[in-house]
Amino acid sequence: MLLTVREVGKAYDGRSVLSDISFSLNAGENALLLGPSGSGKSTLLNIVCGLQKPDAGSVEVDGELVAAADRSANSDLVRKRAMGIIFQTLRLVSALSVRANLALAQRLQAGSVDHEMIDDVIERLGIAHRASARPFELSQGEAQRAAIARALVVRPKLLIADEPTSALDRTNTETVAKMLFEAAQEAGATLLVATHDDRLRPFFERTFSLENGRLQPC
Amino acid sequence: MLRLALAYLRDRPLTTALNVLLLAISVAMLVLLLQFGSQASERFERDAEGIDLVVGAKGSPLQLILSSVFHIDQPTGNIPNSSLELLRNDPAVARVTPLALGDNFDGYRIVGTDQTFLVLHGARLAEGESFEHPMEAVMGAKVAEATGATLGQQFIGSHGLEDDEDNDSGHDHSPFRVTGILAPTGGVIDRLILTSVESVWEVHGIEHDHDHDGEEGHEHEGDEHADEAEHHEHEEHDHAFLVPGPAAGPVHLRQAVFDPSDTEALFRPAHHTEEHSEETAATQAVSGYEDRAPALQDRRAELEPELTALLVTYRNASGAIRIPAMINRQTEMQSAVPAVETARLLELLGASLDGIRIFAWLLALTGGLAIFVALINMARNREGDLALLRVMGASRVQVFATVILEGVVTAALGAAVGWLAAHGLITIARRSFPTLGDLGLTPWQPVAAEAGLIAAVLAIGALAALVPALKVYRIDPARTLARA
Repeated sequence: MLLTVREVGKAYDGRSVLSDISFSLNAGENALLLGPSGSGKSTLLNIVCGLQKPDAGSVEVDGELVAAADRSANSDLVRKRAMGIIFQTLRLVSALSVRANLALAQRLQAGSVDHEMIDDVIERLGIAHRASARPFELSQGEAQRAAIARALVVRPKLLIADEPTSALDRTNTETVAKMLFEAAQEAGATLLVATHDDRLRPFFERTFSLENGRLQPC
Repeated sequence: MLRLALAYLRDRPLTTALNVLLLAISVAMLVLLLQFGSQASERFERDAEGIDLVVGAKGSPLQLILSSVFHIDQPTGNIPNSSLELLRNDPAVARVTPLALGDNFDGYRIVGTDQTFLVLHGARLAEGESFEHPMEAVMGAKVAEATGATLGQQFIGSHGLEDDEDNDSGHDHSPFRVTGILAPTGGVIDRLILTSVESVWEVHGIEHDHDHDGEEGHEHEGDEHADEAEHHEHEEHDHAFLVPGPAAGPVHLRQAVFDPSDTEALFRPAHHTEEHSEETAATQAVSGYEDRAPALQDRRAELEPELTALLVTYRNASGAIRIPAMINRQTEMQSAVPAVETARLLELLGASLDGIRIFAWLLALTGGLAIFVALINMARNREGDLALLRVMGASRVQVFATVILEGVVTAALGAAVGWLAAHGLITIARRSFPTLGDLGLTPWQPVAAEAGLIAAVLAIGALAALVPALKVYRIDPARTLARA
């Protein structure tokens, strides 16, 4: 298993947000985490990424502990080594060009920059002509692709995306979904996407529904 | 992280430029003060080395030192020639160097002295020979470079110690001849023209004893420079003459072509004698000129040979106790100790410079404060970016370092710009105000204290960035990204 989530629980101020969440994904598999706003999707993704500590249960990625209620985990290292993350608000560093954003991600992960790979990824995602542009100069679609490119250039084993299509229309939603799906496949990465957008369901092999803090397979 | 810090600085160019400018102004001021302080004191020390006491006419002791040791002020007056023997006969005195000032050539002082002056300044000849007979002169390295003087050339001194375009009182009747050029020493001697004391007396029409101690016997018969003429009889009359150029301008070298009918000719050959085998048109011109200067010759008998100052080196410590007191109490002269007067001068300068120094440091602190304000705002505005860096694998220390680097790079830019500006200003000021050059102010000559200053400015930059850096160090990425 590449990703294993075991009996994860989380509560804020005594209010349960996640309860007894368990699932696992194999290497190269893709899954959609579907749920309305406030259902706890982002909290679950934060725990999977090791950004938040669960109140119960644990998470392992590629056999390494990322988060656990009763143990300390080297989440920074695992995240750095195995994960590529696409945030809902894209989060490109505004002072850097698209290319420099990608190079920074590689440098932080591997300590060096693979320019060939960056060229290849931005070419495939159709933003090679915008490589020198700063984030504020990009259209929403270009920024989306740049964020996906940044997650891909670190050669992730697990690609996580939080609401990647929230600001897009139907056509662009399909484009981005396909792009994510194909990029993960080409990279051989496991893909986990959290969204409230039901339109993405047809693109994924597995879909989990998160309702009232509980996970239900669809 | 450095690239990211640079990118963030480029991202807000105006703020960065203002912070750099603030620090640059303060660094420039501090570097100027350091340069002035260290180079001036170093120059003072070097020029005064070996001189324990200066004896001169009563007046300001500081003026006496400035005029006689550093050659940057007017002398206090003259002292009797007999004072030289008085001090030379004192058992506590190892060396007395006489100085006779009063003239300049193209702004460079002509100093009547003896060979001990060269020893005192550790000077050696790069070309030719030292002055031996009257009207022979040795050029300091800088003088020779500036005037283009070469051996054998002649020049006419002007009255006064500075070049004055309105001053037409050239000593046309007594040209000097260049017999030697000194190697550069980096000291005051580089910008002096040395000749014998007798030459200065000669130029000013003062009768003197030709068997003066320290000089070779040298016979004169009135104005007929028989010995000189004999000494220089090999000279051709059409040799190159070195003459003063326009005031403060370059010196012109020209081939003197003498026209016997030109009785107003300014430039004359130096040596003329009735024994000269072929009396040329040029010598006739000189004769004509000298005939027109009877007043000066008439005054000769009235003028006593005098000196401007004496530079004294003690043989032992007892001299330091006894001689200054003896000079000050028992003669009409004064004595001044270079070390004391130099210290007093630097103290006087230091008091006024301290105010500027404090202001400059306050400016540096203001620059630090501006960096702090810019970075604290940055930390607030960019916490999303920085949280993202943490998620992407940056450690807390790396994020902390990014902010510290922004502060340090800003300070480094300020220090670099300030340092370059200060040295550039020194270069410009030196060209505009030659006195600064006389004081020994040399551009692009770093002093050790500048490294300390730059380190202090970098520390200000780092300290200013410390609080914002600690703020981003404590960022909780998940909470920050969720909030954003």
